[in-house]
Amino acid sequence: MELFISQIFNGLSVSSILLLAALGLAITFGLMGVINMAHGEFIMIGAYTTYVIQNIFKSNVPEKFFDTYFIVSIIMSFVIAGIFGLILERLIIRHLYGRVLDSLLVTWGVSLVLQQLARTIFGSSNVSVIPPSFVDNNLKVTQLLSFSYKRIFILIMAFICVALVAFIMYKTRAGRNVRATMQNRAMAASLGVNTNIIDAGTFAIGSGFAGIAGCALTFLGPIGPTIGTSYIVDTFMTVVVGGVGRIVGAITGSFIIGMGTSSFEFFTSASLGKVITFIVVIILLQIKPKGIFTISTRSLDD
Amino acid sequence: MESLRNKISGRNIVAILIFLFLLTAPFYMSSFRTNMISKYMCYALVAIGIDMIWGYTGILSLGHGVYFGLGAYCMAMYLKLESSGTGLPDFMTWSGLTELPLFWEPFKSPVISMILVIAVPTILALVIGYLTFLNRIKGVYFSILSQALAAAMATLLIGMQKYLGGSNGLTNFSTIFGKSVYLPAVKSAMYYITLAFLIGAFVICSILVKKRVGKVLVAIRDGENRTRFMGYNPAVYKVFVYCLSAVLAGIAGALYVPQVGIISPNDVNISPSIEMVIWVAIGGKGTLIGPIIGALVTNFGKSIISENFPELWSYFIGFMFIFVILLLPGGIVSLKDVPRRIINKINLYKEKKMDNEKNKKVLAKRQHN
Repeated sequence: MELFISQIFNGLSVSSILLLAALGLAITFGLMGVINMAHGEFIMIGAYTTYVIQNIFKSNVPEKFFDTYFIVSIIMSFVIAGIFGLILERLIIRHLYGRVLDSLLVTWGVSLVLQQLARTIFGSSNVSVIPPSFVDNNLKVTQLLSFSYKRIFILIMAFICVALVAFIMYKTRAGRNVRATMQNRAMAASLGVNTNIIDAGTFAIGSGFAGIAGCALTFLGPIGPTIGTSYIVDTFMTVVVGGVGRIVGAITGSFIIGMGTSSFEFFTSASLGKVITFIVVIILLQIKPKGIFTISTRSLDD
Repeated sequence: MESLRNKISGRNIVAILIFLFLLTAPFYMSSFRTNMISKYMCYALVAIGIDMIWGYTGILSLGHGVYFGLGAYCMAMYLKLESSGTGLPDFMTWSGLTELPLFWEPFKSPVISMILVIAVPTILALVIGYLTFLNRIKGVYFSILSQALAAAMATLLIGMQKYLGGSNGLTNFSTIFGKSVYLPAVKSAMYYITLAFLIGAFVICSILVKKRVGKVLVAIRDGENRTRFMGYNPAVYKVFVYCLSAVLAGIAGALYVPQVGIISPNDVNISPSIEMVIWVAIGGKGTLIGPIIGALVTNFGKSIISENFPELWSYFIGFMFIFVILLLPGGIVSLKDVPRRIINKINLYKEKKMDNEKNKKVLAKRQHN
């Protein structure tokens, strides 16, 4: 029983990281029809931002306040990854609207460049971040069952981010404009929505959430230039399974992939677990070729 | 019509020149360089397959490293068994196996091994293609799935330490069909066999794209639903072209192993698979000579750059991705059209300007009235 619960907890924790990463991806994909393979590198940017900020705090701030670094780094990794996203959108992505496959290849090129950039700046070996002291412990429920505070913290973070995105998307004017553009770009534009700004802003915010995912990852282990690549495939699977452009899709997708991967890996082996997850996704797509939650449309081609 | 004919013959001349160069290369190049070119020809063979599915049919597969790897592993298993003689392959003894696993048995026979080189990629492509295309999973969904396939296959291979050498892969081959792989005669024979397969694939695909099949493939690329309404079943054609490209990749992998001497999960993973696509993009998708040029030029550039500045290669290939797809979608083959495109753009700009001025005049007049 304890094993079962802690297994569910592990799955939830993997899901929450996937969810943070997939949130931005699902929205930008649904909105602009652009696949951003460099999304994983925004995770990396967020992680390295946390690393840099921690180092700044280490040398400049008295030890008593050292733990506050993570608040600053959550905000900064959002901002920095967002800025990178904005630059990428303005320079490259906006020329690629509607050319999904091309955007996939171009952003893969971007991700190679960003990875090498990180290697040049920080070196190719992994660096580690010391998590704040208050997440160092475990929450002991019984003798065998304990949850690490780090993972609980990430779960809460993911929850807050999803709530925030849901609020923006469904309760504010900007969010309404985003949804309108997603459903019918031409109509939204003719009703006075500036789709250019919507695109750029959404892309930047989506990248920012990837940055927060990167910040969360620093709690779990050392970070390196290729940290994004190891998450990108799972993140994309999340979006594909859940469906494009819906928050509830991202949540469901990350739940399926996260729980699936961690439990299959638990029952078989790490390598077989990946394969089984892949097979499960293929079977799921047999029933729902466009993901579980889709935006209904009457157009034949999209 | 006249210009179309010119275009075709121009490309054919380029093709003949390239094949002449490849035919004569061993006579005036060092054996090191010849071996390199031979490796690149294997890549070119994969590139032709990817071009058939991406350039002609519009399906972007990011998992062709899998089929390349399957062909390569089949060949490598045969070579490994032959090199080990009657004993077990070295890595198996290291990891404590005492008996040959059952799925290694067929690779004792060279004939069955060669059949499996083609059969294994075909069967996997058939299953994956059937499951995806028949359910109309298309476009980017397929691309992501194929990429996940590459990731899953790579982790699976890494996990099979006992049975397939894990992350070290299969290496240390000494003989092929009873002859030492280090003999110059064997090496040049491998070179010309690879070239023969490359030319064969080129010719077969050239014929294929001129036939009805090729026309239907292009029709699927340009308007899948219209093709369906005209009575063709796109899924069948897609599965066919997917299998074709998988077979080409499998053969390329089988030719690659004896010449390079190693195959490891690194050659199956996501990055090499997507790099294969960029060869096609750089050379020129939708033409058959383009991928060959792309594979040769890119890999030649890769070895020159990484021999001299190993740091720069990632930047270079990254910017190549961005540059080619944004600014030169036709690849190297379309370079000759670039001056005309620039002139057209300038003319368009001028016209726009003139139009604007005209409009301004009309507006001014109206306001005046």
